[in-house]
Amino acid sequence: MKKVDYQELTPLTPGWLAAVGGLAVVVAAAMVAVFHMEHNGHWVTGMSNQVVWGMPHVFAVFLIVAASGALNVASIGSVFGREPYQPLGRMSGLLAIALLAGGLAVLVLDLGRPDRLDVAMTHFNFKSIFAWNVILYTGFFGIVGAYLWTMMDWTVKGWYKPAAIAAFLWRLVLTTGTGSIFGFLMARELYGSAVMAPLFIAMSFAFGLAFFNLVILGLYAATKRPLGDDMVARLGKLLGVFIAANLYFVAVQHLTALYWPEKRDAEAFILLNGGIHTLLFWGGQVVIGGIVPLALLFRGTVGRCTLRFSSLLVTLGGLAQVFVIIVGGQSFPLQLFPGMEVSSSFFDGQVATYVPTVAEIVLGLGGIAITVLIVVIGATFLRFLPAALGETAPAAEPAEGAPAPAACCASPAE
Amino acid sequence: MTDTSRRAFLQGTAVAAVTLAPGLTLIATAADARPAGEAASPKQRWGLLIDTTKCPAECTACIDSCKEEMGLPDHGRPATDAQYIRKVSVKDPASGKTVSLPVMCQHCAKPACVDVCPTGASMKRADGIVLVDRHICIGCRFCMMACPYKARSFIHEDQTGQKIANPRGKGCVEGCTLCAHRVDAGEMPACTEACQNRGKGAMVFGDLNDPASEIAVRVATEATTRIRADLKLDPAVRYQGI
Amino acid sequence: MNRLRLAVIGFVVLATAILAGHGAMAGDGRPALPQAKGSVCVEDTQVMRRNHMDLLKHQRNDTLRQGVRGGKHSLAECVSCHATDGADGKPVPVTAEGQFCQSCHSFAAVSIDCFSCHATVPADPARTAIR
Repeated sequence: MKKVDYQELTPLTPGWLAAVGGLAVVVAAAMVAVFHMEHNGHWVTGMSNQVVWGMPHVFAVFLIVAASGALNVASIGSVFGREPYQPLGRMSGLLAIALLAGGLAVLVLDLGRPDRLDVAMTHFNFKSIFAWNVILYTGFFGIVGAYLWTMMDWTVKGWYKPAAIAAFLWRLVLTTGTGSIFGFLMARELYGSAVMAPLFIAMSFAFGLAFFNLVILGLYAATKRPLGDDMVARLGKLLGVFIAANLYFVAVQHLTALYWPEKRDAEAFILLNGGIHTLLFWGGQVVIGGIVPLALLFRGTVGRCTLRFSSLLVTLGGLAQVFVIIVGGQSFPLQLFPGMEVSSSFFDGQVATYVPTVAEIVLGLGGIAITVLIVVIGATFLRFLPAALGETAPAAEPAEGAPAPAACCASPAE
Repeated sequence: MTDTSRRAFLQGTAVAAVTLAPGLTLIATAADARPAGEAASPKQRWGLLIDTTKCPAECTACIDSCKEEMGLPDHGRPATDAQYIRKVSVKDPASGKTVSLPVMCQHCAKPACVDVCPTGASMKRADGIVLVDRHICIGCRFCMMACPYKARSFIHEDQTGQKIANPRGKGCVEGCTLCAHRVDAGEMPACTEACQNRGKGAMVFGDLNDPASEIAVRVATEATTRIRADLKLDPAVRYQGI
Repeated sequence: MNRLRLAVIGFVVLATAILAGHGAMAGDGRPALPQAKGSVCVEDTQVMRRNHMDLLKHQRNDTLRQGVRGGKHSLAECVSCHATDGADGKPVPVTAEGQFCQSCHSFAAVSIDCFSCHATVPADPARTAIR
């Protein structure tokens, strides 16, 4: 294996300042949104006693799920010994930590009492999957941090493989825990299923790699470092496999539920007559996040534009998928009296409406900004990013430093 | 009549009181106030029995008294305003038969909200009353995701003018406490008292573990059901006529 | 290094002396506390001044989680005894400017969370619930 040369990003260049400044503005806007929501109380959001988890949770769960998925590239290189992926291991670990930090920030800042974070860290109900997740998240930071250390410090190289295996197993348990937040809920028809755990793992593979691809493509374009076609094609095929896995578990999830007569009304709500949820399921999750990128990625050799466009679609489709799971799952009314028609002043028997406010969305975008900010700052101060990637030099370097994504991705055929 | 003599009277006449004069349910529930310094005991299991045939759709005595007792204000925002108890109208689509019944926290023996709470704020007292310890509630709302009865509300705004017996503030989850403060003082919950005084006496409160109590006698001798009994959460609230 | 340590110790000693002297002196910037209704508190004043928060926290857990009633370290009793009546005859919240809880916590620069949930005025004796 040839020696990999890692280089820090050059700070304080105009591009670096613009990126960091822009991200800081988004984070600041998110803080304003948090102050607005926490000062007034949650009545100023779209969330209610019917839809208790809304847009912040969609972003938070997406980022947390993507966090464990972003670590896959490192695991493939180390645990499974695939050499071409090894130079990306450091970036993979950094992005995993950054995504988790961004997601947790959003989750914590939406709590009713975010000032009681210390309570959450000192009072544990070990029967609660939520409490276990607190431990799993904290452990993930520690284990991936140690894993990164073994990658970057040759004096502890002996711990590289054990750390890699520990991190891989931990991330599987972590995503099992995240999926089980919904899988362990017996109250609602659309949750309460063991398939939630593997489904979330498949989701994490796809979302995490898609986000990773966007970060890698963005950083290599912005820093004008050479990125080989072989690496791009490899990441593209891998993303295709992960998209297929996600679609497979989605199919299992809904086919299983359709077999239960008691769950058919809830399934019909998502698949047929749920308005925005049906639209987001078929249009967003299945078509935009699944079938279209799958077709693009398996049509031929994957180039930069195809990879960037597909990864973007998977990210958007992923947000739609998490929205349908979280908000769609709550919007279908609880069945206090199965088979009966119920009504009350407390919205029993009614499909809940949820209209997210700007503040909630800005908070979620703030989580993404925190993630990217951590990546940029981290890669500026430590050697995370290889100076060059892949075997073959790019044939025709497309628009150095100016990716022009719109023009490029409007015609994905390359 | 003092509490002590009332209890002695009830223990001797509980069955007769039920069968002969339903009006006696007015006094047929409250046990003694628990002595100061004594903890709630698992020997008791407080519960409610609600006869829906005596619950007219238009009667809201239980809801009104709950809001007054617990100090629940109306912000005019039904989607976010707290409701500890609500009247649910249940219609059989096949026959059109409709019943109205109050639904509140069912005080399950195996409460899902307690299982899922990350900090242990959601808790069950020794005598079966399910509460939120708002001192350690972080407002994550996972209990609201987990409860099949939609029994809980989230406090969506700053509060003022709270009742001493029901401290409540922005950012925590809350729900029916079965009027634990009244139960501990030997009284029945506000909803039940209102139902008996101003409603049609559909609600009965008592100790399900005390075989001589009216509620235990009726549960043992009459047909009763629980909402979503299939979930096996073992609620302490039973219904008749549904 | 030793000189730095000496400076730190000196500062701490001095600051403690100033603060202690400040606390011991009467009528010089210390909060003017309204007179309580009762003649004697549930514990000695010095004990209450230092430990009321622990006593309250202990009883709150006993009462809420175990259902123990009738303890003497009750926040409701603090409010009942220490709330004063305003010019209109209505009780003034203990969190209002110059009132018992507020003035001392303000003096000690302590931010408390109790009264975002707990009632700040005593029970209204004329309260009649509609039942």
